[in-house]
Amino acid sequence: MIGIINYGAGNIRSVSNALDRLGAAYFVSSNIDELRQAQKLILPGVGEARSAMESLDRGGLVEWLRTVDVPFLGICIGMQILFERSTERDTTCLGVIPGIVSKFDTSKGKVPHMGWNTVEVRRESLLFNGIRNNEFFYFVHSYSAPVGPATTGLTEYHHPFSAAVQHGNFYGVQFHTEKSGRAGLQILQNFIERC
Amino acid sequence: MLTKRIIPCLDVQDGRTVKGTKFLNLRDAGDPLELAARYSEEGADELVFLDISASREGRKTFLSVVERVARAIQIPFTVGGGISTVEDILRVLDAGADKVSLNTAIVLRPDFLNEAAAAVGSQSVVAAIDAKRENGSWSVRIKGGAERTKLDAVAWAQETVRRGAGELLVTSMDSDGTKAGYDLELLRTIAGKVPVPLIASGGAGTPEHLALAITEGNADAVLAASIFHYHELSINDIKRFMRANNIPVRL
Repeated sequence: MIGIINYGAGNIRSVSNALDRLGAAYFVSSNIDELRQAQKLILPGVGEARSAMESLDRGGLVEWLRTVDVPFLGICIGMQILFERSTERDTTCLGVIPGIVSKFDTSKGKVPHMGWNTVEVRRESLLFNGIRNNEFFYFVHSYSAPVGPATTGLTEYHHPFSAAVQHGNFYGVQFHTEKSGRAGLQILQNFIERC
Repeated sequence: MLTKRIIPCLDVQDGRTVKGTKFLNLRDAGDPLELAARYSEEGADELVFLDISASREGRKTFLSVVERVARAIQIPFTVGGGISTVEDILRVLDAGADKVSLNTAIVLRPDFLNEAAAAVGSQSVVAAIDAKRENGSWSVRIKGGAERTKLDAVAWAQETVRRGAGELLVTSMDSDGTKAGYDLELLRTIAGKVPVPLIASGGAGTPEHLALAITEGNADAVLAASIFHYHELSINDIKRFMRANNIPVRL
């Protein structure tokens, strides 16, 4: 069973609709004891890092999330908070992946980065099984994660940034895979079946 | 490379898609769910649904349309029409919409825009502006174009961004439904003054019109309704035309 972490900041409905389409069994919860039972975890997200971290903290989930050993997928903000810190209101994040998430430079072009952009596969990842290189995914974000050893997918907007990451059992996608058409569903299916 | 977006727009009244000319003379254009699925298959990058129902019953029906659309398609969509409270916003986002489009309510009470952005984030808040040419500039109309305001459309566009709009949907009332092309001057003027993405609306008739909104109007996305509803043009035709003209599109 997949546990979707509900921390009041996610587009839970979009993710659960996508899982329904894939016929996956899941539950939605903010309760740590329930979430501990999940075989896989998804942390969806829209909004901003600070409020996401605060709301995870209120639910007593932060320390636990740092140490979960089941496959974990963070989407959008859910990916960003895997990093050490976000310059979005100088927020300390989970610190699973080294690096600092920072704002796009508004002098270089429009912010947010909104729309369909290509993802270049940089490193083998189970998440990208069956996905062609430079496939399009849907992005909406004003902050971006740096490129590093954890980067599995890379996208360029103003500068190259991490569109997808993996560090052990922690997976993350900056794009809204639940809103990225067939390719997006494939990523979710890969997470469910292969990770 | 970030691609330019093609966005079919569905005006929904009492659960059916309708379309008029210059905001009047509505005619039936089909089942919104069927159209949404078709557009999604044909490669639409996003969809916009505007509720133009006048009755409470119509609004209820609309919310169930939003829920069904969210289950049926896997691309982002924006919902607008009659949204005037944060509760209204949460209701449509909970139903599965990704963004809300705010129009009359933010003109009548601009602080609502700040409240909306604080509640759900700027990325989910689109400021929709209906602009009409008057004495060499553009003024803002509200209530589906029926009511004039004293607001200058360009100044208002800038203010909406200051107040937290993450994207602008600019409709030329003079061009809407005419199929004679977008108001490129209006688009270019606003695009040059705001740091957020701009969606062009009103006047699409040919692939060239949509391409011009991007190359000459500096829009990030183009919205159209009737050319898609009545199968006059397919989204694919438009994207191929754009690609041939060096506009980056998702194909």
